[in-house]
Amino acid sequence: MNATNVGYLVQLAFIVGAAFFVMGLHLMNSPATARTGNRLSAAGMIVAVSAEVVFVLQGHVGLWNWAIIIVGLGLGGGLGYRMARTVAMTSMPQLVSLFNAVGGGAAALLALSDFIALDGHRVLAGDAPGLDGWRTFFILADVIIGSVTFTGSLIASAKLMGMIRGQPILLPGGRILSWFAVVCGLSVSIVLILAGTGLVTYEPSVLYVLFAVALVCALVFGLLMVLPIGGADMPVVISLLNAFTGTAVSMAGFVVGNVMLIVAGALVGASGAILTRLMASAMNRSILNILVGGFGSEEGTQSALTSAGGSVREVSVDDAAIQLAYASKVIIVPGYGLAVAQAQHGVRELADLLEAKGVEVSYAIHPVAGRMPGHMNVLLAEANVPYPQLKEMDEINPEFERTDVALVVGANDVTNPAARTDRSSPIFGMPILDVDKARSVIVVKRSMGRGYAGVDNPLYVNPKTGMFFADAKRGLQELVAAVKAL
Amino acid sequence: MNVSTLLDSLTVFVLAILLGFEVISRVPATLHTPLMSGTNSIHGIVLVGAIGLAATADNVPTAVLAFVAMAFAGANVVGGYMVTDRMLQMFKKRPVPTTDKAAK
Repeated sequence: MNATNVGYLVQLAFIVGAAFFVMGLHLMNSPATARTGNRLSAAGMIVAVSAEVVFVLQGHVGLWNWAIIIVGLGLGGGLGYRMARTVAMTSMPQLVSLFNAVGGGAAALLALSDFIALDGHRVLAGDAPGLDGWRTFFILADVIIGSVTFTGSLIASAKLMGMIRGQPILLPGGRILSWFAVVCGLSVSIVLILAGTGLVTYEPSVLYVLFAVALVCALVFGLLMVLPIGGADMPVVISLLNAFTGTAVSMAGFVVGNVMLIVAGALVGASGAILTRLMASAMNRSILNILVGGFGSEEGTQSALTSAGGSVREVSVDDAAIQLAYASKVIIVPGYGLAVAQAQHGVRELADLLEAKGVEVSYAIHPVAGRMPGHMNVLLAEANVPYPQLKEMDEINPEFERTDVALVVGANDVTNPAARTDRSSPIFGMPILDVDKARSVIVVKRSMGRGYAGVDNPLYVNPKTGMFFADAKRGLQELVAAVKAL
Repeated sequence: MNVSTLLDSLTVFVLAILLGFEVISRVPATLHTPLMSGTNSIHGIVLVGAIGLAATADNVPTAVLAFVAMAFAGANVVGGYMVTDRMLQMFKKRPVPTTDKAAK
């Protein structure tokens, strides 16, 4: 078989790989088929990578080159494997961020090396490789988006790991520096693209310097973009960075002339964009507003009650247990506080006990309950909660009216009725779980402290609501014991 | 980059984005985390570009870039698929007879 034919076969294999990706994503539309979908997608990846190896075998590949491929893949793959096997489900957002970082970073490196390989040579039009305008555009788009993703995701990951403070970090002059990075990066890029088209000519050394400036601006911007964003806004940030990585990979596809990269990157970009939009609308804030950051940075220290008026009714563990055990329908509303307290298993145990007593139990999951889209579902699935019990907000909200007890554990802002009624509240308009429509409400909460948004929650002074003051994990253990004793 | 290659690539890009929107809007919120980590492994496809780069690297700077790109993309692909599989295997329709008393 001659080289041209092998080239065609490799192209065909890429099409097969891309088709597997799409079919794999399609199978993700149900938890029952999702695992098969992921494996199909992995098969697509194996096909594409094998095809690429066959393709490079057509040329001369030196010993050193094989060493780079094998050692690089072994090292990275080994580390990835280890992290994937050992990561706790609560740490999933930081791992996903880390993979975003390396994906974006790898895409940026491809464009960077392409730029170096061109060494300032410019060849107008035609197939010959060179620095024409379009090519420069895609190289820059790849390097800039990839670099922003790289530093941005690393910061996001470090924030989630607690290596740097999760609260918004507002550097003095940070905003001005961000704007400077944007303006400087863009203007340098425009000059480089003009140089690519041949409208202006510079020495290669000048081009290198300009390119380095664009690279540094992008890296700095990524850093400054994520630092001022607070922990509970992370779902949006991670989704956005995911979309960025996808776009960077697509741009890399344009640079190296590989359609498979373009398709895969576009799929990821679309997914990230959808999730970003969903997350932002679940918080009723624009993406821009979230990126400007600083939300909830002024922590309210006073009790959440003072301005809400009314009095709090405290409920004892035995009363709460009785209320739950003799209900016919209970909805559990878990929030991120539940995950922080590692109380997922406790909640499952309580639900099992109640079900054994004939109580109908389901879980109401707000889209931003957790640190990344869908995070809470994974945490509960890990605790063996069957997925048909996990209900999305729109699905469960009409059911609260027919619910005897809504049990809120570690959730605050997403249950705040002020979002519906109080125009002056910072969370006004945010879609919430209609917990206050249930016949009675039990809130497991450590203290009367405020949530992320720093606003009072009138739910706590509602006469229907009983407050059970306890740490989520301990509180659930006590509830389980009390229900058992009934 | 000649115009017809550019247009072909752009066509593919735009259609793939539209296809992505179509397919991914059907994924239920329950699966959004595995979806994100699954698409994360898909962007590990830069591995293909990294292999191409590594195979032709003929000077030290390029070789270093290629090595880092290989390691990054490798971690992305292997880790991404593994962790997605690990997550998805936890989603069960019915609870398994509980053996995780230790989990408390």
